[in-house]
Amino acid sequence: MLSIEHVSKTFNPGTVNEKKALEDVSLHLERGDFVTLIGSNGAGKSTLFTAIAGGFVPDSGRIVLDGRDITFLPDYRRSREIGRLFQDPLKGTAPRMTIEENLALAYLRASKGGGGIFSTIKAKDRDFFREKLATLGLGLENRLTQPVGLLSGGQRQALTLLMATLVTPKLLLLDEHTAALDPATAEKVLELTKKIVTQQNITCMMVTHNISSALELGNRTIMMDGGRIVFELSGEERRNMTVEELLRRFKQQTNRQLDNDRMLLTRE
Amino acid sequence: MLLVLRSAAEQGFIYSLVALALYLSYRTLDIADLTTDGTFTLGCAISATMTLAGHPLLGLVLAIAAGAAAGGVTAVLQTKLGVPSILAGIITMTGLYSVNLAAMGSKSNLPMLKEENVFSMAQALFGSAYKLVVAGVFAAVCAVLLGLFLRTRLGLSIRATGDNRDMVSASSINPALMTTVGLCVANALTGLSGALLAQYQKFSDIGLGTGMVVIGLASLIIGEVVVGRGGILRGVLAAVIGAVVYRIIIALALSSSVDANWIKFFSAVIVAIAIAYPTVKEKVLFYQKRRREAKKYAQH
Repeated sequence: MLSIEHVSKTFNPGTVNEKKALEDVSLHLERGDFVTLIGSNGAGKSTLFTAIAGGFVPDSGRIVLDGRDITFLPDYRRSREIGRLFQDPLKGTAPRMTIEENLALAYLRASKGGGGIFSTIKAKDRDFFREKLATLGLGLENRLTQPVGLLSGGQRQALTLLMATLVTPKLLLLDEHTAALDPATAEKVLELTKKIVTQQNITCMMVTHNISSALELGNRTIMMDGGRIVFELSGEERRNMTVEELLRRFKQQTNRQLDNDRMLLTRE
Repeated sequence: MLLVLRSAAEQGFIYSLVALALYLSYRTLDIADLTTDGTFTLGCAISATMTLAGHPLLGLVLAIAAGAAAGGVTAVLQTKLGVPSILAGIITMTGLYSVNLAAMGSKSNLPMLKEENVFSMAQALFGSAYKLVVAGVFAAVCAVLLGLFLRTRLGLSIRATGDNRDMVSASSINPALMTTVGLCVANALTGLSGALLAQYQKFSDIGLGTGMVVIGLASLIIGEVVVGRGGILRGVLAAVIGAVVYRIIIALALSSSVDANWIKFFSAVIVAIAIAYPTVKEKVLFYQKRRREAKKYAQH
């Protein structure tokens, strides 16, 4: 489904601020894979997501999605097939527009043929939105015409998740999308994520700072450090892995402790 | 007096197209589009020349097209060529000055007192209120069309571009294209406004568009004070009502022997106050709090 082939990226090359953000990263995802990504601060997790979503063109290497080379495709073209959620719950929705208008925008991705650029939101669309919103269990289905700016961070992130998956994407990128929410809301959004990803069998990558949920969710776990993939866990090895063992393994491979400020606070 | 109010309303309806344009570019897309000044005169110039040639209706159509093209130039400068948005508008506006002179046959003003225009064409139909009817119909049609447009898929995409750019490219919408479409539509409206004004006053002048962006914003802000903010219906209504109220204020000021030279100055003051208001309010609250706290601790 997704092939990342020898992708490298250096920011500010040749200056004192030179930063090798990605170094020869290669990764292959099969359809339906759910990969969790962990690593220190500045390991390159978000940079990898940005490379996949089209925020920059890598210095070398290529990215292939479902058989199509997307390395030079602009971000808005990729987003027809790639959904992305950020840590900041305000990034994914337009606050001055209503819930139904936000959903209608997300719906644009799919219905290329349906209605043309001058079509408006129909009663049929509203029913569909209501039905989908009801699956979130947040009561948003009765607030279709309210501006999104009135919603809480958790509600907005749940709505963003729904928007990103309203039309099943080929790939879903979750960049610590629950990190800015309070624990109870984070739990709820994570449950919703699990449900939607499983139901629609979405190929998914998730950055998290919570090692135990990284091991528990999905079928593969990747550890990054200094712009490289340090090791990958899957199958039997992953099932038997504990948080302590994983930290030991990290230290052994990189000769240092895992330093992720959020991770230290949430180790369970 | 009634006559003064009526002509104020007529002009208000004509200028309301500029306020609608700014509702789209400034309020919706969040771009202060200075092309407006140049586009307004462009509309006047084309309309005047075409009216003199005996084609007033064609003049309106061409003014719309030319306005859209001017908006397109500004949009390409800022979305494709990396020119900061305010500067892009200034560049187009400056270039348009020469274009506008050329469009008026190298004359700085162009009277067309005897030629037939869209207003005189309607005179037979509507009797004495013909000017008010024509201006009102144009304002109403443009307001309704803009309101409907902003609810379409394309309109939603334009609004989202002004509201949350991150989200737009993540929804497979090209923000550069949406900015371009928005500025084209806005400047088409401004061009039409200029074209109507030229035919209304039977006169075109190279300086008519000067300060138009500020006047349009002042109208929009006055309208928002009257009908409130939030929602497309309110926004569109605010533009039309605000433009009419603005012209009535000007008419009253003029009839009470205020020096006409100061009109643009007061427009500038209105806009500056309205836009600065939230910041000033915050500062005042901060100083009040500081003084209060200082007193509290001085007592201990």
